[in-house]
Amino acid sequence: MTLTAAIVGSGNIGTDLMYKLLRSPVIDPRWMAGIDRESPGLRRAADNGLATGAGGVDWLLAQDPLPDLVFEATSAAVHRTNAPRYAAAGIRAIDLTPAAIGPGVVPEVNLGEHRDAPNLNLITCGGQATIPMVHAVSRVTPVSYAEIVATVASRSAGPGTRANIDEFTRATSRGLEVIGGAARGKAIIVLNPASPPLIMRDTIFCAVTAGADPAIITKSVVDRVAEISAYVPGYRLLDEPQFDPVGDRMRVAIFVEIEGSGDYMPRYAGNLDIMTAAATRVGEELARS
Amino acid sequence: MRNLPDLRITDSTLRDGSHAKRHQFTIGEVTAIVEALDDAGVPVIEVTHGDGLGGSSFTYGLSRTPEQELITAAVKAARNAKIAFLMLPGVGVFDDIREAAGNGATVCRIATHCTEADIAVQHFGIARDLGLETVGFLMMAHSIAPAELAKQARIMADAGCQCVYVVDSAGALVLDQVGDRVAALVAELGDDAQVGFHGHENLGLGVANSILAYRAGARQIDGSTRRFGAGAGNTPVEAFVGVCDKLGIRTGVDFFKIVDAAEDVVRPAMPDECRLDRMALIMGYAGVYSSFLMHAWTLAERYGVSGAEILVRAGERRLVGGQEDQLITIARELASRSPGAV
Repeated sequence: MTLTAAIVGSGNIGTDLMYKLLRSPVIDPRWMAGIDRESPGLRRAADNGLATGAGGVDWLLAQDPLPDLVFEATSAAVHRTNAPRYAAAGIRAIDLTPAAIGPGVVPEVNLGEHRDAPNLNLITCGGQATIPMVHAVSRVTPVSYAEIVATVASRSAGPGTRANIDEFTRATSRGLEVIGGAARGKAIIVLNPASPPLIMRDTIFCAVTAGADPAIITKSVVDRVAEISAYVPGYRLLDEPQFDPVGDRMRVAIFVEIEGSGDYMPRYAGNLDIMTAAATRVGEELARS
Repeated sequence: MRNLPDLRITDSTLRDGSHAKRHQFTIGEVTAIVEALDDAGVPVIEVTHGDGLGGSSFTYGLSRTPEQELITAAVKAARNAKIAFLMLPGVGVFDDIREAAGNGATVCRIATHCTEADIAVQHFGIARDLGLETVGFLMMAHSIAPAELAKQARIMADAGCQCVYVVDSAGALVLDQVGDRVAALVAELGDDAQVGFHGHENLGLGVANSILAYRAGARQIDGSTRRFGAGAGNTPVEAFVGVCDKLGIRTGVDFFKIVDAAEDVVRPAMPDECRLDRMALIMGYAGVYSSFLMHAWTLAERYGVSGAEILVRAGERRLVGGQEDQLITIARELASRSPGAV
């Protein structure tokens, strides 16, 4: 069945998400709510036939009928206020902010466990890019420790990310453990101001036992990359996984790059693209289930 | 009347030196070095993993001893010196700062790449709330112009930073380039915050650059005893103290005692002297983050490629501090282009 959807937040993320939802065969984006009538996002939404309002969530909840789904692309603080109202109105929420009210989900990894949750959180861009890789390793051999380094172009890190860098590292670390399956997780984020801006890169390290089979791990990683690139076309492995002994363990190193699809944001902003692509994927899975 | 020092030296042997030692400091070494530096009159001693709190990792190197234990040992060993720690937002987290403060460290040094000061705003606030003295590090300061650097310093000062450092992470700044940057920060910050300088020896200019920083108004200067730091090492504290003595700049550090500490206590803890060799010179010349040195050595050996070439490419790609993971990719690319590569 097709689900109707509203986007709350008319900034970069909300606008990019709109273009992805417009292409979806099973999601029908009908509303975009913002707080600034002059925002380019609301104008683009109107141009694409969505009903738009600058009255924020109050405007949205006064619509009849109401949407089946709402995509929250505002901020953690705003989502904390809005989430109970969506729940009271019976609207399911897909949360692109770090509010983490509902369970964290990564498509292809754990969405199946949370299909019925009223509120789903997309963790962080670094989490969407790296948790599936840690899971690809942990599904074939135990991972005692996972560590990721997410490098993003300075220009693609908005004020929200910059003001809450600790939230990013903590939420991503938790995701590496809870969803990725590592006994312990650590996340690092680096902003690089180089011009032209660099495409998002992520390095994923996993500690496995010295006797783990590199061929089996590599196959699991390559298979997972293929699954992800089905909904994030710019997601690619930069090199074959590297295996190095560290103490009495073996360290697996996986290198990925995420080039955005350039719907609204520049192609280097793979960190933003993977969030809107994952949100779209989650919405589509809900529509199909 | 007491002779108050004209500037304050922070010794980074037990933090920047951690890079050169691949993060293998022991409690015994930390205790002996803190005692010796404290006895020489060094007022601030920095102790942390080379990449700051939470730096122990596959990416930057695993610590032999948890850094919070090293900080605790340093606090115990110091009679007069304050113990400082470094932290990089995006690597360490708030809880690391709280733990270090709980262990008795009193100076919190927060580092960002020189264009990204706004990612540290929350951290300065938390450090001040904990009653810590705050220092901000604008790393790779050679890569932007003085006026731009001053704007970033303003962001740190407004967030609660009490001294903003021009950090020459690559050892790439030359003489007046240091003075111009320090002067721009002094002009911007006025009485709102002090200005500091952290030098590296990759072009052999640590002491001279630090003197020019002082003349331009810097009142906090970093160094490492026996140069023990990343790349070709840091400004050697003992030489800097000697030069300051000659110039009539009061540091409060005893020249003969710090010279003895360098020779008798620090040198035995060093795996090797910090050398102004090919790799270090390339870093200074090409503007490459000094901590990449040991990683480049390891990768050169692992993949049979030139460490110098790894560093040159790191410079070309404008890698910033923290991107050590990308050196692996560079080494792999070089290996795939070498004849006979597998």
